[in-house]
Amino acid sequence: MKSHLLEICYLIGSITFIIGLKMMGNAKTARKGNLIGAAGMTIAILGTIFLFNKTVVVDGVQQPYKVPYMIYGLIFGAILLGTIIGWMTAKKVQMTKMPELVSMFNGMGGACAALIGLMEYGHNVGHVGPLIAIVAGLVIGSVSFSGSIIAFLKLNGTMNKPIRLPAYNVLNTLVMVAVLGVSGWFVYASGDAGNSSMIETGADGRAHASSFAMIMLYVIFAAALVYGIMFTVPIGGADMPVVISLLNSFTGLAAAFGGFLYDNKVMLTGGILVGSAGTLLTLVMCKAMNRPLSNVIFGAFGGGGATAAGSDVKGSIKDIQVSDLAVLMNYSKKVVIVPGYGLAVAQAQHVIHELEMLLEERGVEVKYAIHPVAGRMPGHMNVLLAESNVAYEKLVEMDEINPELEQTDVVLVVGANDVVNPAAKTDPSSPIYGMPILEVDKAKNIIINKRSMSAGYAGIDNLLFYDPKASMFFGDAKKALTELVAELKTM
Amino acid sequence: MEEFIRETLSFFSRNEELIYFIVLSVFVGVEVIGGVPTVLHTPLMSGANAIHGVVIVGAIYVMLNVSPDDTIALILGFLAVLLGTLNVVGGFVVTDRMLEMFKKKK
Repeated sequence: MKSHLLEICYLIGSITFIIGLKMMGNAKTARKGNLIGAAGMTIAILGTIFLFNKTVVVDGVQQPYKVPYMIYGLIFGAILLGTIIGWMTAKKVQMTKMPELVSMFNGMGGACAALIGLMEYGHNVGHVGPLIAIVAGLVIGSVSFSGSIIAFLKLNGTMNKPIRLPAYNVLNTLVMVAVLGVSGWFVYASGDAGNSSMIETGADGRAHASSFAMIMLYVIFAAALVYGIMFTVPIGGADMPVVISLLNSFTGLAAAFGGFLYDNKVMLTGGILVGSAGTLLTLVMCKAMNRPLSNVIFGAFGGGGATAAGSDVKGSIKDIQVSDLAVLMNYSKKVVIVPGYGLAVAQAQHVIHELEMLLEERGVEVKYAIHPVAGRMPGHMNVLLAESNVAYEKLVEMDEINPELEQTDVVLVVGANDVVNPAAKTDPSSPIYGMPILEVDKAKNIIINKRSMSAGYAGIDNLLFYDPKASMFFGDAKKALTELVAELKTM
Repeated sequence: MEEFIRETLSFFSRNEELIYFIVLSVFVGVEVIGGVPTVLHTPLMSGANAIHGVVIVGAIYVMLNVSPDDTIALILGFLAVLLGTLNVVGGFVVTDRMLEMFKKKK
């Protein structure tokens, strides 16, 4: 009876995940979709706890197994603690810090999958099938965990330079092959019920993993953690969204292996859905940046050579004063704002909205040009601007705005850099060559707000600054724009 | 070796339905995401992130089977449930916050 009810709980869970994800693909239904997924998850979790049943044989008689209250206490304690911490962190985090947090939560899921592997190994020696699922879950979960932590540190700025060991590609591949090889051997060796170096018969007559097998298990765990670090460390910060998305699908896969182990349908559906959807999402993001996934993982990005390549084109840089800029904008017909991560960091999304409304009042047409990878994640900029009440239809995607830029009087680039760098079109030696960009150099005037002349996130120089039509408007985005708004109000 | 192959093959034949299930789920995952506008990529990634938190179900299951004298397993299990909860709760709440902003403006 209980087990049938549990199956129904898992069925409901699985269906809500599919419907939830589907609804999240549409702006109108997205929020409801997320809540439906959360409801399904709650049902699956509560079902697992309250509908648990197992029979044990005591003195030759089958009896239902009673779970000790202490264990229930630990489970509820962990859930309560996790809910409080998770809820508070998610509620308190600033919108700009969102990508880091997603990465962190992803790592937690990976670690959870890895711990399950560590705990289940000992009970399953001698059975190849379950061992495949256990070791796969352990390895993938661990890679996902340590990789996500590195991604978190990178987005956070704690670790902002890609660190590359000499010949890191070869080294990484070797480590990966070694981890896979040892894992394969490990499954094979401990799956063989007659292998006495791996399996011992305990005092109770049941098979146990030998201490050598347990040490190997932890060695594999550690090696997978190290590989996760080595995998993520060489990848530049600008590519982190792709990496997070990839690690996200890894964790999905690890969860699916857990489902395989327990023949648990909700873990399987949830895990596989995320695994396949996450992989597709990763590829879509790569496409938006016009870089193949292999390039993101193995390719160099933001190296020193690029700066040198651009340096011979250097011309002079003009700067513009706030009063001149106010006049220029006031008498424009059409202004396009290109927001970047710098805007988010400076918390200037509210001021920019104020500027937009002020200009609109004076009959200037204002639009925002959103590059697919503006900010730190695709769609990140839309979230930020939506936070400050910018109308949804004012946010125009790259392909739609590019043809309009020629008739634009002023393009105001705020805290964006790589997404407007013409080197992506003109300089084949540039690391971002081939990435579609916002063609702001077509506009009549280009104003670039930046704090200093430092390079963008990809670590490369921007030719746009030397364009004769371009002027620099130096200063912190929030402060500079507030001054601009004040100046405009006096006119 | 022969034993190993036999064991592997029998595992697959015993789990035939499961394997069909997996293959079909992969296609559902791809279909469900297809054609999503760029603006929704971040919330979608975050939502998917919360959903793979379903791994917590496995953690709870292990924990329910742990023998009360096995201190190491109890600690690992507690940690697993805690981390899984963080993934689930944090994931859904943060996604909701992101999507809340889309809703304010039509």
